[in-house]
Amino acid sequence: MNLLFPALRFQVMTAYEFTDGATAIVRGALDAGCDFFAGYPITPASQILMMMMAELPKAGGIAMQGEDEIASIGMCIGATMTGARSMTATSGPGISLYSENIGMAIMGEVPLVIVDVQRLGPSTGGATTAAQGDVQFVRWGTAGGYPIIALAPSTIAECYTLTMRAFDLSERFRCPVFVLTDKELNLTRNTVASEDYVRVPVRERQVTQEGAPYRFGGNATPMELYGTEVVRFTGSTHDEEAFITKDPAVVGRLNEHLRDKILSHRNEIELLDIDRDPRATTVFVSYGITAGAMREAVSLARARGSHVSSVTVQSLWPFPEKGLLDAFEGIERVVVAELNPGLYVREIERIAGSRQVMGLQRIDGELISPVQFLEFLP
Amino acid sequence: MTVETYRNESAYPFCPGCGHGSILDALDEALVSQQIDPAKLVIVSDIGCSGLSDQYFGTSAFHGLHGRSLTYATGIKLARPDLHVVVIMGDGGTGIGGAHLLNAARRNIGLTLLIFNNMNYGMTGGQHSTTTPAGAITSTTPAGNLEHPLDICSTVGVNGAAYVYRGTNFDKDLPERIVEGMQTPGFALLDIWDLCTAYFVPNNTFGKRSLIAAQEELGLASGVLYRREVDEYASAYRAAAERLRGSTPLRVRTLVPESTSPLDRAVNIMVAGSAGGKVRSAARMIAEAAIRSDLYAAQRDDYPITVKTGHSVSQIVLSPRAIDFLGMDRPDVIVVLSEEGRRKASRYLPEMKGPVFVVPEFADLNTSGTVSVFDPRSAPERVGKSELALAMLSGAVVHEGLLDADVLRKAVSAYPAFAEKNLAAIEAGLSMAGVN
Repeated sequence: MNLLFPALRFQVMTAYEFTDGATAIVRGALDAGCDFFAGYPITPASQILMMMMAELPKAGGIAMQGEDEIASIGMCIGATMTGARSMTATSGPGISLYSENIGMAIMGEVPLVIVDVQRLGPSTGGATTAAQGDVQFVRWGTAGGYPIIALAPSTIAECYTLTMRAFDLSERFRCPVFVLTDKELNLTRNTVASEDYVRVPVRERQVTQEGAPYRFGGNATPMELYGTEVVRFTGSTHDEEAFITKDPAVVGRLNEHLRDKILSHRNEIELLDIDRDPRATTVFVSYGITAGAMREAVSLARARGSHVSSVTVQSLWPFPEKGLLDAFEGIERVVVAELNPGLYVREIERIAGSRQVMGLQRIDGELISPVQFLEFLP
Repeated sequence: MTVETYRNESAYPFCPGCGHGSILDALDEALVSQQIDPAKLVIVSDIGCSGLSDQYFGTSAFHGLHGRSLTYATGIKLARPDLHVVVIMGDGGTGIGGAHLLNAARRNIGLTLLIFNNMNYGMTGGQHSTTTPAGAITSTTPAGNLEHPLDICSTVGVNGAAYVYRGTNFDKDLPERIVEGMQTPGFALLDIWDLCTAYFVPNNTFGKRSLIAAQEELGLASGVLYRREVDEYASAYRAAAERLRGSTPLRVRTLVPESTSPLDRAVNIMVAGSAGGKVRSAARMIAEAAIRSDLYAAQRDDYPITVKTGHSVSQIVLSPRAIDFLGMDRPDVIVVLSEEGRRKASRYLPEMKGPVFVVPEFADLNTSGTVSVFDPRSAPERVGKSELALAMLSGAVVHEGLLDADVLRKAVSAYPAFAEKNLAAIEAGLSMAGVN
């Protein structure tokens, strides 16, 4: 795609789509081999439920509308244990109801993709209003404090690619993976070049029949699935045969495993889109819908001769510390923009050292505009 | 090879006199009589004393969260209808998971649910449950239970469950009843009353005879209470899905630029009308025409949750560059179609700098923008309510030189079912705008 020479774009005859993030997520899921979906209606995520209900039966998969969010994620976990590739989608209030089962998916090492189409909170909040208030909620949304993986697309094309990537990571690390989007990205239609849909190779599920459903040691191990052999599954603190245990040596190894299998492989997960100006002393950092305004702001700033870098954080969790510190090389000021009371900026402050960290936040239901970024530049 | 027991070598962990072990023995007997492949059987256990059960069997097992065992079991059965799925739950799980119980029964998913009903929470200290009889003493009802106990069997029975049985752990025929439940297509529930010798028995001087007496006192029948032939859900789903197989999968229309536009800046167009006016689809046609003109387009819609009434407003941005920012607060062009639309646009109208296109009834609009009145009566053919949005928008964008009339015609022709009406709407719009 060439922005500077529109005529060239015409000559290469690129095909375009006029579509939305919900459609891109559904296509990403289908292309990633998703064959089980369960969800409960909630604005602004219902379009994903409705499309999955329509599409999966055609493709030989199964889609269910659960009696509530708890049932929906529970069905996904059960189905995954038979070999299905499962996804569910909701918004903030639904994540609240997922909470306990998110912990079980972590403990039971269940691959599962959870889409959170964020809306304005707290509580019922603003159902049709964009927000990014769940960024810490998904990280700490279940008891215990163990790591999760969360990706945040900032364009419709990324909705497709990062959904595929979420399936890939959930298989690789045998864990739930969040895709964080929002009302605006999910439902506003935009122009997408067909070539911008980047496919992620589909990772086959690693399966074993060794008679031990779990192997501790800080690396995700192949799964044992119901149907061909006797397989035990548990959400309780367990040994490698999935029997409940209180033996401190075993308990310690289990919980270290749940932590290390993700944190010691952060480099496989970390995903940042860095736009560096070597002469910049200010860097903008954002994610999701707000990163779009940030990129626009960078174009405007450069057009008027300002020097600024930007980072779109695509993998929110585990916190991509290494990549961010690389991007902060030579930087004196970091501006972190988000549609919440200042949630992700805390993480940046933690690593920024002597750099000045400033938050750009908006919580009135409107999007942060490019002009708001420019106010941070001299 | 005959399986002689599905139990493993571990001894049950239950208190002396507790009924849970004998129910598990009955389950083992039921499994032996059916000779089910242990790999084809999943015991899904809930939380509580009964939730320990799966660890004493050499079959597949799923030990999940409190009250949610039916949801995992449903996922397993949906994905693998060939597996036998037996759910073991206490009266505690029945209460906290009440919604799942009702819906599993109503859906008739092919699960066999054994409720180990000892009328209190044994694992956590003998608190009252949804099945504690009124008046009973528990650790949380020191003056006697004030709540009426749940009639589990009637509740699931009247809501469609295929097989419903009430009994006690002392029933000699329990293994046969479990077999019946497992052989029934659809949802089978066995409400099996037993004694909690740690709490309920000492707190209420309760014994084996009291179980039957309590059922009689509450007027609760025992034995097989419901049996009906139903379509098992996982199989029914597959039959229904088969009818959808081969229908067109999700496909998004691709648009190839076929002409260029002189537009050198982003233009934000607001079209403000009412529900039923096809405002959104008209905006979409304009956006698709823009993409065909080698522009980028984005569209955001605003309408009340009650979709068939009130305003319907769409904003479209047309731009020579990719649109990164989806905030669309200040329109450059406004098209007002109705009073409800006018009210939504009134936020912008007084300060408006660009053109405003209105139908005659809004000719005196309070705006600093340049008002152009398009009169549908001046169109060669009558413009219906559902064509007005596209007519006005077409007239406006051509009037402003944003898009070419031909590309509009091409955009709507891509939807053959509506092409005739939409083409007529475009012609009407061009005529109203005096640009035909």
